[in-house]
Amino acid sequence: MTRATEFLVNGSLRLALHTLAEGEGRPLLLLHGLGEQSPMSRPDWTSAWNGPVLALDFTGHGESDVPVSGGYTPEGLMSDVDAVLAQRGPVTIVGRGFGAWVGLLVAGARTSLVQGVVLFDGSGVVGGGSQPPTPYVNVLPASGTTKPDPYALLELSRDPRPPDYALDYVRFVLEDSEIENPIVVSARIRPDWLAAVAADIGVIELPLDQAIESFT
Amino acid sequence: MPSTNETREFPGAKAPERTGSINSSGLRLALNEWGDPDAPVLAMVHGGFDFSRTFDVFAPMIAEAGWRVVAWDARGHGDSDHAHMYGWSADVRDHLAAIQSISSEPIVLLGHSKGGGQLLDLLDGRPSLAKAFVNLDGLPSQFSSPDVNDRERRRMRRADLASGLDRRRRRNELSRRPDTIEGLAERRQPMNPRLSREWLEYLVTVGARHDDEGWRWKIDPVLHLGGFGPWRPGWSLDHLAALEMPFLGVLSGVQDDPMGWKSRHSDIEPFLPPGGRLEYFDDIGHFLHIEQTRVIADLVLEFLEPLR
Repeated sequence: MTRATEFLVNGSLRLALHTLAEGEGRPLLLLHGLGEQSPMSRPDWTSAWNGPVLALDFTGHGESDVPVSGGYTPEGLMSDVDAVLAQRGPVTIVGRGFGAWVGLLVAGARTSLVQGVVLFDGSGVVGGGSQPPTPYVNVLPASGTTKPDPYALLELSRDPRPPDYALDYVRFVLEDSEIENPIVVSARIRPDWLAAVAADIGVIELPLDQAIESFT
Repeated sequence: MPSTNETREFPGAKAPERTGSINSSGLRLALNEWGDPDAPVLAMVHGGFDFSRTFDVFAPMIAEAGWRVVAWDARGHGDSDHAHMYGWSADVRDHLAAIQSISSEPIVLLGHSKGGGQLLDLLDGRPSLAKAFVNLDGLPSQFSSPDVNDRERRRMRRADLASGLDRRRRRNELSRRPDTIEGLAERRQPMNPRLSREWLEYLVTVGARHDDEGWRWKIDPVLHLGGFGPWRPGWSLDHLAALEMPFLGVLSGVQDDPMGWKSRHSDIEPFLPPGGRLEYFDDIGHFLHIEQTRVIADLVLEFLEPLR
């Protein structure tokens, strides 16, 4: 099908939510990587999913609005996903790169609404590393409607991601989830945070297509 | 309800002599100034949930000694624009935009609390901005965190996450609760237990606005205390050790003040930059420059005298 797009309200901005496939039951929500946007059609690796397949453009990406003067944080962009949860109810998430990081955070923050999360390779999976990177502070010109927003690229490629911080969110998920294996790592690239998540006793590893199938 | 032109007086408090604004990538930040416009510049950066008019006594005192004192409201605070997104790095960048708009030469920077912590980050990356740096109880240390075990820390983080997301879901419906001047002052008192009611009522008249229902703080209602993400206090000490400009740190030793990081002299001293100076007051609370304005102003002026 040709993807259908609707816009969700998030404060003063609009978020683009695309439907890549119709279906009954719990949606599969795709979160793209840093600087990317949602796919134009359903990826082949989602073929095992019988329910709806949705894809969200993060703030400052794709068809979503660009905020004035940045201020991007992964924690702030959890509210993008939360806007989808508020409208659609429970979902299963597949996150690529930066989307994997946000997917894990929001899975930990909304344990009853995120029913499974798959962490996969993609742009922005490393972030700023386990410790803050060398300070780099710069003021960019007002970006207007440029996408991806240069401030998103700047700020979301430098946020620290300590492994123990990631494991806090793993604990939030595992303590609450009614699913046997609610976190699946399919990524091959393993920055410190993702290596720690994958090594947790409550997390399993599967190839991407099998990971998605595990939540059907 | 009181009329919109109701004011309060406070001994020594002076409204800014000049006001203006700064453009930080399209976001407007409100700017206030005291003192001779041709005098050397000293910029003050306020802390979290404060605003630049909280310097209404301290800034004129410094200005009277021959400084052009400049202070701006952080995004979402005071008279600055509310932003769609907030974060530590965005605040740091706003400070850079402000400083660059004020002077192309190095200036003296002074930060209180969160503002001081953010200047540590900025000056590690942009040391040429400052010819001296004064930090008022804005030196977070990993050693002085409250005695909280891992389970409790996770529980607190989890509760903060859920409430933060709930608040952002409702952000278009949120507004600060209206009250009388006295009522707002009373509600702020728990954050400022060592400051007088007279001062807090004065703050309401410069930090809140009045509408048909009463006075409301101007701060963006989506903002709340906490929410630093993975940030750790100890990271700031790396920035402190990296500084190269003349440095004065001032710590409050009052451990039961609800605000501040409670860093002790022994936490910070090993990380002081070469020639750095650290003063410790065990009888002045976190808002040192408000609680003992003359003492702190004299200390700052004495430190800056060789730099005039």
